Amino acid sequence: MKVSVPHMGHLHWMMDDLFERLEVEYVKPPPSTTKTLTIGAKHSPEFACLPLKINVGNYIEALETGADTLVMAGGHGPCRFGYYGIVEQRILLDLGYEFNFLMLEPFSDGALAFYKTFKSLSPGLTIPKLYRILKISFSKGRAFDYLYKRSLQVRAYEVNRGDTSRAIREAEQILTLARTPDEIEEAAREALAVVDAVEQDPDREVLKVCVVGEFFLLLEPFSNFGLEEILGHMDVYLERSVWVTDWIAPKRDNKVYGFPKKFVEEKAAPYLNHNVGGEGRETIGGIVLAAERGFDGIIQLLPFGCMPENIATSIIPKVQRDHDIPVLTLAFDEQTGRAGMVTRIEAFLDLLEARRKTGKTGTYVSYVSQKPSAAV
Amino acid sequence: MDIPARTGYLGIDVGSVSTNLVILDEHADVLAAIYRRTQGQPIKAVQEGLRELTDLLLDQKIEVRGVGTTGSARHLSGIIVGADVVKNEITAHAVAASQVVPDVNTVLEIGGQDSKLIILRDGIVTDFAMNSVCAAGTGSFLDHQSTRVGIPIEEFGAYAVRSESPAHIAGRCSVFAESDMIHKQQVGVAVEDIIYGLCHALVRNYLNNLGKGKDLEAPIVFQGGVAANAGMKRAFEDALGLEVVVPAHHNVMGAIGSAILAMELGLEAGETNFKGFDVSDLHYDTSTFGCNGCSNTCEVVRIKVGGKTLARWGGRCGKWENEDSPGAGKKRVRASA
Repeated sequence: MKVSVPHMGHLHWMMDDLFERLEVEYVKPPPSTTKTLTIGAKHSPEFACLPLKINVGNYIEALETGADTLVMAGGHGPCRFGYYGIVEQRILLDLGYEFNFLMLEPFSDGALAFYKTFKSLSPGLTIPKLYRILKISFSKGRAFDYLYKRSLQVRAYEVNRGDTSRAIREAEQILTLARTPDEIEEAAREALAVVDAVEQDPDREVLKVCVVGEFFLLLEPFSNFGLEEILGHMDVYLERSVWVTDWIAPKRDNKVYGFPKKFVEEKAAPYLNHNVGGEGRETIGGIVLAAERGFDGIIQLLPFGCMPENIATSIIPKVQRDHDIPVLTLAFDEQTGRAGMVTRIEAFLDLLEARRKTGKTGTYVSYVSQKPSAAV
Repeated sequence: MDIPARTGYLGIDVGSVSTNLVILDEHADVLAAIYRRTQGQPIKAVQEGLRELTDLLLDQKIEVRGVGTTGSARHLSGIIVGADVVKNEITAHAVAASQVVPDVNTVLEIGGQDSKLIILRDGIVTDFAMNSVCAAGTGSFLDHQSTRVGIPIEEFGAYAVRSESPAHIAGRCSVFAESDMIHKQQVGVAVEDIIYGLCHALVRNYLNNLGKGKDLEAPIVFQGGVAANAGMKRAFEDALGLEVVVPAHHNVMGAIGSAILAMELGLEAGETNFKGFDVSDLHYDTSTFGCNGCSNTCEVVRIKVGGKTLARWGGRCGKWENEDSPGAGKKRVRASA
């Protein structure tokens, strides 16, 4: 059996680890490229959102490289994502591929169904063993996330452009080799040290921007033209509202910027006091939180036509006025061009800088609960 | 010749449809302005634009103190002429509007293939929007329609202004707008009313796409190539119930803005990167190649002059820009990535 999971940012490091522990062969889909998207868009409904098209491209490329079992995390979600699993399976079957398709949805199907799905991959698997494996793979995923969080801040101060990106690639190689909990903790420290060792200019005036919005667009650099790297190279210090391990943390109590789910919901409540699917509510809560914490500005990312984020977008003007914070909304689909995005970002940064000169931006409050530890 | 050289600032705006160049004096007054078609050849457009500028300024000696570039080809044109500042067109347009109408609160800008709405308060930009999904309201579409109805684009506005009851044209999509116009022609609606109706449709489309949730307050400046169309100005005034100002140099405002940005650098004589007006005689070669440095396989653009590489850019990591930049390690400027 050769299992594959579509790309979503850095998720493949965690999948690598997880499937190795399950003793299942994992086929990492070839990196997402324009070709991947072209294949995906060709076989997907035109009105489907961008993540689905990239997923389909990843699946086809994975099947072509020998995968026979495909996993989709989340099958009956609260927006169009709820149909992803079914639609993707259907598209691939219609194309004549033969494969096993597994949909994982621990939150609505319950833990037992979740366990059974894994057992179908790894027959000797017991519940305590699965629990141990998930716990340790998750801790490694956390360490990876922590590394990227740090890189978003270091990059703004790097002296030589590209040093942080190079350091991250080196750090990933250190962390991915770690196996035992002790090794993971040690490797996490070592990897972090590599990122921190990037030559930095601490006196540089940097703008502080928060990136909020839809899950996939935030996590997958291919889908947003490497927005975070582009911003980092323009001396922008970044935080992002969504991280895989924060989001799927036990009890999901760790959602946005590591703040508890309840807390984020309370922040959103004056504007949106119920779930609208996807991350719409968290986007609003995240904007309020970022405004209170003194960020210079906020960038919202969404796939073109995304229902929950469009609801958020229509509420944002009010949040913006109440909290006096600039928000730039960027929508992406397979037609989106990089140049147009860069033009808008540049203009947005000019706006933020001009505001700073007039003393409109408050003092930035650092986020203390980001502990440099792999242990959860 | 013993005429003392005048201080000047060069601004260049290379867009998808037009390439504009201006020379400003030290008071930001326009000494010379060029508006020409880009025709898909940005390098050639800049070179010929420079040549035209020197022709216009034949009797004057100008010492260029600073150069700014903007527009979608700002990076490329910046490399060719040696720009001191490379800025996006939103900022450049806002800067120029503030110069012409110092207390401006709203800038409407419609160019060849894009449109922008910029909100300013107390001289700083507080919000902006740029069309993303549809070009139905822009100059290219008007151009196309003027050809179709056989009225030169320059006279389009005059026709619109004569209309007393504009026809209702469906403006959400340029294809539907066109079929609706054909339909109105076929049922015998006067051409003036159709053209003014089209202006109304475009304004409606613009305000729906860009103006949602924004406070459009007077003074309002309308600029970009389409501002030449008196029908569009009148339709904006109808829709907003406010007076709309069209500046004299409305079609080269981006170039004016980038020249002002260059002026604001406060460079001394000889400090500019400007390569001189004779760059218009050089031959440039551009090509692209795929970088195999990592899995991103970025497409890198290379520009050569006389077999020598002038610049390379386009990669995500910045490695090619770094290698070529003469001042590697200098303070990074926020230019196009």
